[in-house]
Amino acid sequence: MTQGSAEVIRTADGIPLGISLQRTLLRSRLRALMLVLPLLAFLTVTFILPILDMLYRSVDNQIVASVLPRTTVAIQIWDAKHPKLPDEPVFEALVLDIQAAYADKTLGRVGRRLNYEKPGISSLFRKTGRQAKHITEAPFKEQLLSVDKRWHDVSVWRLIHRESGALTASYFLASSDLRLDDQGKIVRQPEPRRIYVSLFYRTLWMSLLITVLCLILSYPVSYLLATLPTRTSNLLMILVLLPFWTSLLVRITSWIALLQTQGVLNDLLVFIGLIPEEARLQMIYNKIGTIIAMTHILLPFMILPLYSVMKTVPASYMQAARSLGASPFTAFVRVYMPNTVPGIGAGCILVFILSIGYYITPALVGGRTGTFVSNFIATHISGTLNWGLAAALGVILLALVLGLYLVYDRIVGVNNMKLG
Amino acid sequence: MALPVYYSPLEKGWHYTYRVICAAILVFLVAPIFVIVPLSFNALPYFTFSPEMLSLNPAGYSTQWYSEFFTEESWQHAVRNSFVIAIFATLISTLLGTLAALGLSRSQMPFKAAFMALLISPMIVPLIISAAGMYFFYTRIGIASTHLGVILAHAALGTPFVVITVTATLTNFDHSLTRAAASLGASPTATFFKVTVPLILPGVVSGALFAFITSFDEVVVVLFVGSVEQRTIPWKMFSGIREEIRPTILAVATLLVCVSILLLTALELLRRRNERLHGPGAS
Repeated sequence: MTQGSAEVIRTADGIPLGISLQRTLLRSRLRALMLVLPLLAFLTVTFILPILDMLYRSVDNQIVASVLPRTTVAIQIWDAKHPKLPDEPVFEALVLDIQAAYADKTLGRVGRRLNYEKPGISSLFRKTGRQAKHITEAPFKEQLLSVDKRWHDVSVWRLIHRESGALTASYFLASSDLRLDDQGKIVRQPEPRRIYVSLFYRTLWMSLLITVLCLILSYPVSYLLATLPTRTSNLLMILVLLPFWTSLLVRITSWIALLQTQGVLNDLLVFIGLIPEEARLQMIYNKIGTIIAMTHILLPFMILPLYSVMKTVPASYMQAARSLGASPFTAFVRVYMPNTVPGIGAGCILVFILSIGYYITPALVGGRTGTFVSNFIATHISGTLNWGLAAALGVILLALVLGLYLVYDRIVGVNNMKLG
Repeated sequence: MALPVYYSPLEKGWHYTYRVICAAILVFLVAPIFVIVPLSFNALPYFTFSPEMLSLNPAGYSTQWYSEFFTEESWQHAVRNSFVIAIFATLISTLLGTLAALGLSRSQMPFKAAFMALLISPMIVPLIISAAGMYFFYTRIGIASTHLGVILAHAALGTPFVVITVTATLTNFDHSLTRAAASLGASPTATFFKVTVPLILPGVVSGALFAFITSFDEVVVVLFVGSVEQRTIPWKMFSGIREEIRPTILAVATLLVCVSILLLTALELLRRRNERLHGPGAS
C-alpha cells in the first residue's frame, strides 16, 4: 500500500483506506470471537476450571499446614537432618494444635494424610488426640512422649516437617511407585505397594492389543465396504453404525449374557461337545472380558476412518500394478496398503486414545485383572478418599492422552474429524 | 457381484474365503446386540436361553421383565430423569455449539486451530478425569447432586459434537448465497434465518442428535456428579449389572436398541437430504 504524502487513498468519509480496512478487519475478527465466546465461557466454568481444580489437587498440600498451624511454624527452626528430637516449643505447639483439631474433628484428616506417607501415623494421631486434653501445662515434651513412644521416633517429626509446605510431590512419587524416605531421598516403594507402574504398563499394553485387534478386524471389512457398489455398501454400513449408536451399557450387558460361565457361548460350546460341562470357560470378569468387549465397542471408531480413506484410493492403482505384472498379493501390499496409511494412523490413534481412558467397560467386565488406570482413579475418589493420588494418576493419564491427541491433530487435524 | 472370468481357482477360493471372513466380523459386530432381544423375553430370571426357549415352547417366553420396567417406580423415575437431563443438555450444547461453529468458520477468526482444539477437548479428555474434576468443582460451587449440575456437565460433554458437525456443514457453505441475500435487501437477521439456518440445519440437527445420545448414554459423570435423585437409565443399568443382575436390564437394553435404530434412521434421512442438496460426497 503506497502512502505517499500527496495521494493517500481515502474512503468516502475521509479515513485513509488502510486504517479503514484495518478497522473493518478488527471488527469482523471481534464479531467472530463474540460468537465463540459464549461457548468458551460456558466450557471454562463447567469443564476447564473443574479439570484445573482437580489437577491442582495432585500437588496441593494444605492439610498439614491448615490443621497444625502452630506446629508448622514452630518446626521450621528445627534441623530435620539432625537425629535429635525437636525442642519444647515444637511439642507445645503440636499439643495445642492436636487439642484444637480434636475439638473441631479435623484431626482425622491430617492423620489420614500423613498415613499415606508412613502407615500407622493415623492411629498415633487418634490416640494422642484422645489423651492430649490432659496435657495442660509444661513440660509438654515429656508428657507427649509418655502418651505414645512413637513420638520418640525422629522420622515422625521429619515427616511433619517435610509435609508442612503448601505443595508436595509425594502423590506423583506414589503414582510412580516411589516415596521419600526419612532422609528425604527418593526410594522405591516396598514390594507389595508397587502397583501403579505395572498398572500403567497393563493399561498401555491392553490398549495396544485392543488397537491391533481392531485394526486386524477393521481392515478387511473397510476394504469390502470401500470396494462394493454404493447401494450394497450403504446397507452393510448400517451393520457398522448400529453398534456405534447403541448404548454402551447395552453392549456390555449383551457381552455379559454371551460370555459368562452360564452364558450363551459357554452353553453352545457345551452343547456341541467342544468343552465338558464342568470345564466352562471363564471369559468374563478378567482380561479376556475387557479385551473382547472393548474391541467390539471401539471397532466402529477404526472402521469409519479407514473406510473414508480407502474410499479415496482409486481402483486404477491396483489395476495398473496388476497389468505391470504384480501378483494380487504384491499389488495389495505394495500399492494399496501404503495408500491407506493415513487411515490406519488416524484409526489407531483414535482407538488407542479412547481405550486408555476407558472406565465403564473394565469396571463392569474387567473383574480384578482387567482393570485400567481409570478404575483406580475412581477407587481413590469414592473408596479410599485419597484424592491427591487420584489427581496425580489423572494428571499422568491426561498427559498421555493429550500427547496422543496432539499427534492425532498433526496427522488428521481435528477439523477433519468425521462423525457417523 | 459376478467374479471376473479370468480368475484362477486360487483367486476364486480366496475371494470366497475373504467374503466369509468379512461376514464373520460383521456378525461379531451386530450379533451381541440382537442376542439380547430374544433373551429379554425369557420366562426365567437368567441371562441365557432355557431349554423351553430353544424348543420354541410358549411357556419359556414371557413379557414380565417389560412389565416390571414399565411399572417399577425407580425405572420410571430413571426414564424421566434421562429425558429431562438429555433434552436440556442438548438444547444448551446445540445453541452454544452452533454459535461457536459459526464463529470458527469465519475466515477472520483468530487462533482458529487453538480454539478448535480447546472446544473439542471435552470429547478427548478421559471421562473419569472430567467426572472427577466436575465432582470436586461442582461440590465446591454447590451444584453437585442437582439436576442443574448434571445438565451442565452433559451439555459440556455434548458441545464438541455440535461444533464438529456444524463446522463440517459450513465448510461446504456457499457464502455468495448470503451476499446475494444481502444485496437483494435482506437484513443480516433475515439473511441468517432465511438463508443460513435452513442450509446448516442438517448439521445442527445431527449435532443435536449426537449431543442427545451423548447425554442419554452417559454414566460416568452421572455417577460422580449426581446422586440417587438424578439417577438415569444408564445409572440404573450400571448399578444393576454391578449388584443384582436381573433380566429387566435386558428388556431395557432391547428398548434402547429400538431407540438407537430410530436415531440411526433419522441420521440416515438427514444424510440423504444433505446429499440431495449438495450432491454426493458432501458431509
